[in-house]
Amino acid sequence: MYGWLWKRIPGSIWIKCAIVSAGVLVLVVVLFLWVFPWLAPLLPFNQQTVGG
Amino acid sequence: MGKTAPPTKNDPRRARRWIAHTLGILGEVLVTLGVLLALFVVWEVWWTDVVGTRQQQEAIDDLTWRFPPIPEGGFPVVLPTEGPDDLGIPIVAEEDKHRTDSPPYEPTPEAEETFATMYVPRWGADYVKPISEGVGRRDVLDKLGIGHYPGTALPGGWGNFAVAGHRTTYGKPFDRIEELVEGDAIVVRTESIWYVYRVTETAIVYPGYSAAIAPVPGHKGAAADGRYITLTTCHPKFSASKRYIVYGVLEYWAEASAGYPEEIVLGAEESIPEVEAGVGEGP
Repeated sequence: MYGWLWKRIPGSIWIKCAIVSAGVLVLVVVLFLWVFPWLAPLLPFNQQTVGG
Repeated sequence: MGKTAPPTKNDPRRARRWIAHTLGILGEVLVTLGVLLALFVVWEVWWTDVVGTRQQQEAIDDLTWRFPPIPEGGFPVVLPTEGPDDLGIPIVAEEDKHRTDSPPYEPTPEAEETFATMYVPRWGADYVKPISEGVGRRDVLDKLGIGHYPGTALPGGWGNFAVAGHRTTYGKPFDRIEELVEGDAIVVRTESIWYVYRVTETAIVYPGYSAAIAPVPGHKGAAADGRYITLTTCHPKFSASKRYIVYGVLEYWAEASAGYPEEIVLGAEESIPEVEAGVGEGP
C-alpha cells in the first residue's frame, strides 16, 4: 500500500520526502481541527453531565 | 526443478504470494490505525487543553466587567501580616455580606453566553474560569469550559445553580475537583454581584442521577428550599462511567462594588505560602 504510493510520488528522494511530509502535515491538521473534534463527543470518554 | 509451468489458478506459489500481499496490506492498515489512535490521544490530552485554556482566557478577557474591579495584574501575591486590610485592596466588610436577604434577580443568559466567572481558592489564588450558558459538548463545554445547566437556578438563585465542566481535557476547569472538601469556598461572580458558596458534600454517582442538579440536590421533585450550587464532572478521570459531584450552599452575597470576598484574596488556608518577603517587588 505505502510502497505502491511511494513509487507513484514523482521526483527525487528529497522531493518525495517533502511531498510526504506536507501530506502528513495536512492530514494531521485536518484530523486535529475537524475530524477529532467531531468524533470526541461520540466516544464514551469524558462525559461530565448528569441526567438527559 | 525442470521446466517452469506458467502459473495457473491453483498454483501454490501464486496462492502464497497472494497471502503475503494481503498480510502486508493488513499490517499496513493496522499500523496506520495505531498511528491514528496515538494521534487522537495526543489531540485529546494535549491539544484540546492548549486550545481550551486559550479560549477560556479569551472568554474572561472579553467580559467588559472583568477589569474593574479586579486589580491590575491580578491579586497581589503579597501576604497579609496583620489581616486582610494589610493587603491594600478592599475586602467585603462584614456588614456588606448579605446572609439572609435575597440577591437581585440575575438576567437570564442567552445560549453560549459567558455570564459569570468562578473562583475556587482551593485550586489556586489565580484560578478563575468563565461560566457560560448550556452544557452541550461542542458549543459550550469543549470550548468555553464551565457550562450552566439551562433551567437550573442562576447564580445566587433560589434552587440549585448547577454547572458542568471537563476534568481532564479542554482546559480542564475541574481537574482538581477531588481536592475540594467540606467548607471550601466556591465563589461565583456576575457583572454586579459576588456569590460565596461553601462546599457541603461530594459524591460519586451514576450518569443518570439527575437528582444531583434538582432544585434541592438529591431530592428529585422537591420544591426549592435554599440556594445551592452543584458541580458535575466525569469520574473516574477520562471516563464516562460515573460522575463526580460537589454540592454547596450559598453563604453570602455582596455587591461587586463592596470589594473582594476575603475568600478569594486570602485563599484556602493551605494555599497561603509561608514566606512573604519580597514577593510583590517584581524583578
